[in-house]
Amino acid sequence: MIPAAFDYQRADSAEAAIALLTEHGDEAKLLAGGHSLLPMMKLRLAVPSVLVDVGRLDDLRYVRDAGDHVAIGALTRHCDLQTDPVLTESVPLLAHAAGEVGDPQVRHRGTIGGSLAHADPASDLPAVLLALGGSLVAEGPDGEREIAATDFFTGFLESALEPDELLTEIRVPKLATEGWSFQKFNRRAQDWAIVGVAAVRSAGHTGVALVNMGSTPLLAAGVVEAVGSGASAAEAAERATEGTEPQADINASVEYREHLARVLVRRALQESGLA
Amino acid sequence: MQITLRVNGVQRTAEAEPRTLLVYFLREQLGLTGTNIGCDTSSCGACTVHVDGESVKSCTMLAAQADGLSITTIEGLADGEQLHPMQRAFQENHGLQCGYCTPGMVMAAVSLLDENPTPTEQEVRLGLEGNLCRCTGYHNIVKAVLACAAEQSGSTAGSGASA
Ligand SMILES: Cc1cc2nc3c(=O)[nH]c(=O)nc-3n(C[C@H](O)[C@H](O)[C@H](O)COP(=O)(O)OP(=O)(O)OC[C@H]3O[C@@H](n4cnc5c(N)ncnc54)[C@H](O)[C@@H]3O)c2cc1C
Ligand code: FES
Ligand code: FES
Repeated sequence: MIPAAFDYQRADSAEAAIALLTEHGDEAKLLAGGHSLLPMMKLRLAVPSVLVDVGRLDDLRYVRDAGDHVAIGALTRHCDLQTDPVLTESVPLLAHAAGEVGDPQVRHRGTIGGSLAHADPASDLPAVLLALGGSLVAEGPDGEREIAATDFFTGFLESALEPDELLTEIRVPKLATEGWSFQKFNRRAQDWAIVGVAAVRSAGHTGVALVNMGSTPLLAAGVVEAVGSGASAAEAAERATEGTEPQADINASVEYREHLARVLVRRALQESGLA
Repeated sequence: MQITLRVNGVQRTAEAEPRTLLVYFLREQLGLTGTNIGCDTSSCGACTVHVDGESVKSCTMLAAQADGLSITTIEGLADGEQLHPMQRAFQENHGLQCGYCTPGMVMAAVSLLDENPTPTEQEVRLGLEGNLCRCTGYHNIVKAVLACAAEQSGSTAGSGASA
């Protein structure tokens, strides 16, 4: 399977990438690790006429302690997140979840920026960023803006990014994490979650988010509310499907996904000590 | 476009369309057919090569993305007639039957030991989760990787080339 023909441009700076996006508009697509975009292009589900390769922008590959938050360059790969000392210490949920993405080969290429920009509700890191209450920095021709994760995922494979914007940084609050859990249920080791749950408990923040339970990653607000009013894990987990719209596919029916959500939320609440 | 790679230590240049995937570039432009294509959909790992020393599925990377980088394929592991310790371990532990998954499996295993020289059995199984084998049932593959790890970490006098 070969993608449709396109024009390949390698950007040597963030500014150059944005200029190319501005010049080519909707016809152009950014290429980071290529591990979501190239499979779609091979299936001709995506047919961009210009690819702007940002894969060599090493300036956007970093994890930094920025005081109240950890700043992560958008081009940082899953395998780098998995072992980064700052992240494993300050945001263990994200480091662990990055290590659950695909397989080692996928993690050697895929980036956190690509994973979030792709906005696939079945992906792991979008739900993790929601649970953590993180934000994203986008740079466009008119400068940069910060977008809360809660405003970023707008629909199935749709985000708040404009076609001429480049994601440059991901910010994750440095919570005094007291407990966390990442539950991923799948049938083959390297697959996406049929359903997943990310949960974090800290002094000032409680977050529970769902993977693959709707057209976007979702916050489980009902669960958090129940936990806040003293419900047990089993009671709170009964509210896991509130506000969700899971789809049926070859892996699972709607009912099965709802069942998984309740079971995995209960396990996540217990493992993180949230309830 | 013109693409230049350092493949198995040798500088190679060829013309290819931007949409050429690395695996086709290696097989068709450079004639290195040791790297197999199994699924063509990023699932099976048969096409695994090393890009700057790390395992990558070459059906899911453009040759253009690899321009200027170092690639190691299965052809680059042995030192003349002397097999790489991982190849020898697969041979000695019966880690292959039809052999179709083997080039990718060996490349993934070498990358795994580079990152974790003394893995547990569980870590070997997880480390090879991106590679499918239809024949062996995996047990002897895991045995081979553990044997190679023991040999390499046990004595520094191992022979053969390193990746
Ligand atoms: C076999 C396989 C298994 C996988 N399993 C999982 C899994 O279990 N869980 C999971 O979460 N994911 C999984 N993935 C997806 C993987 O995590 C991808 O790497 C990731 O989703 C996309 O990152 P990328 O860098 O490869 O992005 P690309 O494919 O290069 O890009 C994806 C999209 O994001 C855009 N984009 C990329 N970078 C930026 C940026 N900086 N700014 C703005 N837009 C940008 C692109 O234009 C494109 O639309 C799997 C992939 C494969 C091939
Ligand atoms: S051919 Fe590349 S993963 Fe199967
Ligand atoms: S030996 Fe036949 S596929 Fe692995």
